[in-house]
Amino acid sequence: MTARVRFKMISQIFILSSKGDHLIYKDFRGEAGKDSINVFYEMVTALSGDQPPVVMTHKDLQFIHVRQGGLYWVASTKTNPSPFTIIEFLNRLAALTKDYCGSLSEKSVRMNFALIYELLDEMVDYGYIQTTSTDMLKNFIQTEAVTSKPFSLFDLSNVGLFGAETQQSKVAPSVAASRPIMSSRGEQGGKNEIFVDVIERLSVVMGSKGVLMKADIQGEIRIKCFLPSCSEMRIGLNEELNIGKSQLKGYSSAVCVDECRFHQAVKLDEFDTFRILKVCPSQGEQTVMQYQLCDDLPCPPPFQLFPSVEKDYVNRVLIFLKLRCDLPPKSTALNVSVTVPVPKGAISMSQELSSPDQTAELQPKNKALLWEIPRFPGGAQLSALFKVDVPGLSSASLLEVGPVSMSFELPKQTCTGLQIRFLRLSPTQTGLSQRWVRYVTHSDSYTIRI
Amino acid sequence: MPYFGSEETVKELKRALSNPNVQADRLRYKNYITRVIRYMTQGLDVSSLFMDMVKASATVDIVQKKLVYLYMCTYASDKPDLALLAINTLRKDCADPNPMVRGLALRNMCNFRMPGITEYIEQPIVAGLRDKASYVRRVAVMGCAKMHSLQPNIEIDASIVNELYALLRDPDPVVVVNCLRALEEILKDEGGVVINKPIAHHLLNRMKDLDSWGQSEVLTFLLRYRPRSDDELFDILSLLDAFLQSAHAHVAVATLRLFLHLATAHPAVQADALQHTSGALLTMCGSISRELRFAGLCHVQQVMRSQPGLFAPHYKRFFCAYSEPSYIKFRKMEILVELVNDENVTLVLEELRSYCTDVSPELAQAAIAAIGRIARTYSEKCLDILTGLLALKQEHITSAVIQTFRDLVWFCPQSTAAVCQTVEACVDCPQDSEAKQALLWLLGEHGEQISSAPYVLEVYIDGLKTELSSSVKMELLTAAVKMFLCRPAETQDMLGRLLHHCIEEESDMCVRDRALLYHRLLQQGVEQTRKVVMGPKSDPSMSVLTGHQQEPVSQWVSNFNTLGPLSAPDLCIQTPLISSPEQPSNNAEEELLPVSKDVSPSIPKDDQEELNLYLGPPLSHESFERTWLDLEVLHRETLSYTRPRTTPDTLQAALQLVKIQTLAFTPGDTLPWKAYLYTRGNRTLILAELLQEDPDSEGRLVVSVKQQPPNQHALRGFVSILSSVLQTLNVDS
Repeated sequence: MTARVRFKMISQIFILSSKGDHLIYKDFRGEAGKDSINVFYEMVTALSGDQPPVVMTHKDLQFIHVRQGGLYWVASTKTNPSPFTIIEFLNRLAALTKDYCGSLSEKSVRMNFALIYELLDEMVDYGYIQTTSTDMLKNFIQTEAVTSKPFSLFDLSNVGLFGAETQQSKVAPSVAASRPIMSSRGEQGGKNEIFVDVIERLSVVMGSKGVLMKADIQGEIRIKCFLPSCSEMRIGLNEELNIGKSQLKGYSSAVCVDECRFHQAVKLDEFDTFRILKVCPSQGEQTVMQYQLCDDLPCPPPFQLFPSVEKDYVNRVLIFLKLRCDLPPKSTALNVSVTVPVPKGAISMSQELSSPDQTAELQPKNKALLWEIPRFPGGAQLSALFKVDVPGLSSASLLEVGPVSMSFELPKQTCTGLQIRFLRLSPTQTGLSQRWVRYVTHSDSYTIRI
Repeated sequence: MPYFGSEETVKELKRALSNPNVQADRLRYKNYITRVIRYMTQGLDVSSLFMDMVKASATVDIVQKKLVYLYMCTYASDKPDLALLAINTLRKDCADPNPMVRGLALRNMCNFRMPGITEYIEQPIVAGLRDKASYVRRVAVMGCAKMHSLQPNIEIDASIVNELYALLRDPDPVVVVNCLRALEEILKDEGGVVINKPIAHHLLNRMKDLDSWGQSEVLTFLLRYRPRSDDELFDILSLLDAFLQSAHAHVAVATLRLFLHLATAHPAVQADALQHTSGALLTMCGSISRELRFAGLCHVQQVMRSQPGLFAPHYKRFFCAYSEPSYIKFRKMEILVELVNDENVTLVLEELRSYCTDVSPELAQAAIAAIGRIARTYSEKCLDILTGLLALKQEHITSAVIQTFRDLVWFCPQSTAAVCQTVEACVDCPQDSEAKQALLWLLGEHGEQISSAPYVLEVYIDGLKTELSSSVKMELLTAAVKMFLCRPAETQDMLGRLLHHCIEEESDMCVRDRALLYHRLLQQGVEQTRKVVMGPKSDPSMSVLTGHQQEPVSQWVSNFNTLGPLSAPDLCIQTPLISSPEQPSNNAEEELLPVSKDVSPSIPKDDQEELNLYLGPPLSHESFERTWLDLEVLHRETLSYTRPRTTPDTLQAALQLVKIQTLAFTPGDTLPWKAYLYTRGNRTLILAELLQEDPDSEGRLVVSVKQQPPNQHALRGFVSILSSVLQTLNVDS
């Protein structure tokens, strides 16, 4: 067994649109035919929702794919490689494509296919991964990215992410970070900016009486750098940052996380004492630190729900929801949507909402009603009454109402309280026009039982 | 994808490319070349433009060069004679002062997959290996592997191999890793690249210079190295310790695998490494990328085979998120079922309960089945939930609950009374045939405890004409006969009607034969029928070995960090086991472990040739029994000797040595003497019975083997291993 030959190589890489159009196809080893693309597409579209699609096998060929930007990023292989390597590589390929093309979509890939071929040519040779670092690649990539101007003023794909908040004077425009890293021309091209984003994903399960049953936060600090070369950057985090469960919290205002992981390039010599990360960011996007906090939430959960579900008349359910936002008064939650499962067979619904910008609709296909609130200020309380008609309603059917799941964004908020104290470039970087620090919390999964 | 009017398109492109005006305008020319590549990607055959593209390769524009090279590599094998025309330009580029041009030309020249090319590329490759630019050396090293694959039968060039070994000391980390890869390919007939002590330690010391891809590749190569001493082993482990915490999932997992592999003799070290990496694995299970999440979950399942308790405190991390796709939710539920313990059972059940009303029926049914699995240990709590679900009166939920009940009664007889009570109280007639069969089975098997049972049966018998499924009819026949045996007065009349209908009017042969069989059986007398139909439910000698066993790490480590866990080849043996034809309810479980049989065997396995027996996940005696009853005897052989006169312990230990598990045997000297054994090998499950009827003289040992799925090769191997062990034992005693 010890003398076993271990090959771990990729045979082909291809990118398909969701409709199965071939956007990119590169065969590294000539061992599988070109029709494997069509085989893959037939297989992946024939899968039912509960079958794991990540690895699929056709004869002696394995397909491993990820979905990013609505596209299929596929690697095929005749060997038995590490799934983690292939998946992370495909994710990296997608990230690099986004870095170089500005955004990730069928259109941007179509327009920049020559650039992506160039990338792939340098990234993989004979099926073996050579390099994926922007610092290395940028020496070899010659094609200029082609970008499309957004069609309308409201390019909704980006607005949500970091919130088009205008109350504060200094807010990065939401599309500022979605442009190619290498473009040397164009109006935006001259801006040598650095974005440092603290992004947290919150996953919460609350019991029926508002008891917190599960709370996890997965966070990361992401740098997007548009500078062709950047000197060392010092990122100062909260001085009182405790890592690990063991430390006693006491009454201090310390920020706690359970575990941190750092990018290979991050220097940590000042981290233990001063909580300073030192990194020389390379061009493009990279995650410098990942952290998580489990079974603990330093702040109150952002939303509390007070539901009441009653049977009205013969065939009608009354669902009365009171939703309170427990964020600090100056903060706002955006794009809040509340999904409430309703009994099977619900046919129609009428609702009373407290303001006209809210919407609600019944989605019989999903057996749920959807209540959407575009802006939800901290400290506010909203209520809504839904009357759902369900023919043949029994009292047991009321048990089908719930659990409620919510999705939302909290711009300028981190639930852990992690903050960036300062960003320093040393020695002072020339040509840097702007440094941005942005915070956002997304709901990964926010479930409230009724 | 052939396009309408594609011929026209190609002609037009050809005209444009050969137009001197276009050629003179650099941008327009390049534009047309780009269009050629675009059509090529879309699947249009543009090979007829080869000549024009070759011309376009003579340019100073690197972008254009790259596009043309991409084109040439794609079509070189179709047009070898034309491709040779491009060689001159490429060879000239190989001597260009710009290392990028040199590397590009060399890489693409080696990518021409045509036989005659080797004589042209050999010299540039050898020169490239000594190039001062690392970029060119990387390309040249890979070129050696490409060249070898073009002429695999030609003797390996020892000087190139030596040169590659020397380049393992190259200052550029990618060159080092490429050398390993190239040597592995070139020397594959000799077992791949040799990792001896100096090379291993050299690689270990270079680890921190490598990027993450190089690291995980080197870690995989190091699996081949065996440290000479424990001291060396621990030196290596401490060097690698930091990589267990790598931010890259693939490095952390590759390091873990190497740890587990190296520390085979030190279970404590293995446990420690697993503990250390559990955080990283959990992070993967919560990654943004759902594919990574899935891979993480599948590997957590592997680890749990040895350390079921490791993830139990983190059970909340396996709660399903609303937006997750079903295939991730299924995995998470499987994990939740495995890590239930006294502390978390209440919360886990509460969580699973909330999935039971999910909009996806498959998911709801899987959640119900998961609760049923937990019920084998915590029956009371689970039965409450399952009973509560019946009140929802939803078709798919009721169906899943009844099927779960049936399985529960089978696996865990002590819950029979409670189940019967519930069934009595709240079951309406389900509509789908799976649930009907389950209900009928319950009624037949435990009719004496369900007072309304005959009346429910009667409904089915009256509705027989409209019943379409023959399996339901078969089940109905069995249930009615069983019911008649325990409650004759109430059942006699309807059984008569049922048999009459099935014999006279039924068109399905199987049902008719079954009815005739029961009819004839009943003619033999009630007591005879009872003996046959209500025979002992399980072999009393098989009342050992239940419960979950922890497997040693070695059982799964060879599969760790490969595609195996993602397509769950281990489970495909277990799945059909649980869901025998009479037990269709486990369909839900099958969906939990969606293993298509054609996936697993095609994962390249290195042990196709010889039979490697292994124990695999432990088999409970119920599942053994059910599989045993389901399968046909594939092989029966009378051995030339009697049963070994050793103590049971010796027998068990001896068989364990060759990886055969003894499930049960007759104690002492009682006759007939029986033993039940099982093992796994070459992707089949092998079950065997040893039987000795008479004391000595004539009484030879009879071995009967059943197998799932059948594999003659494995079967023969098994029998020969088994008989040689028994023979040895006989000689010894």
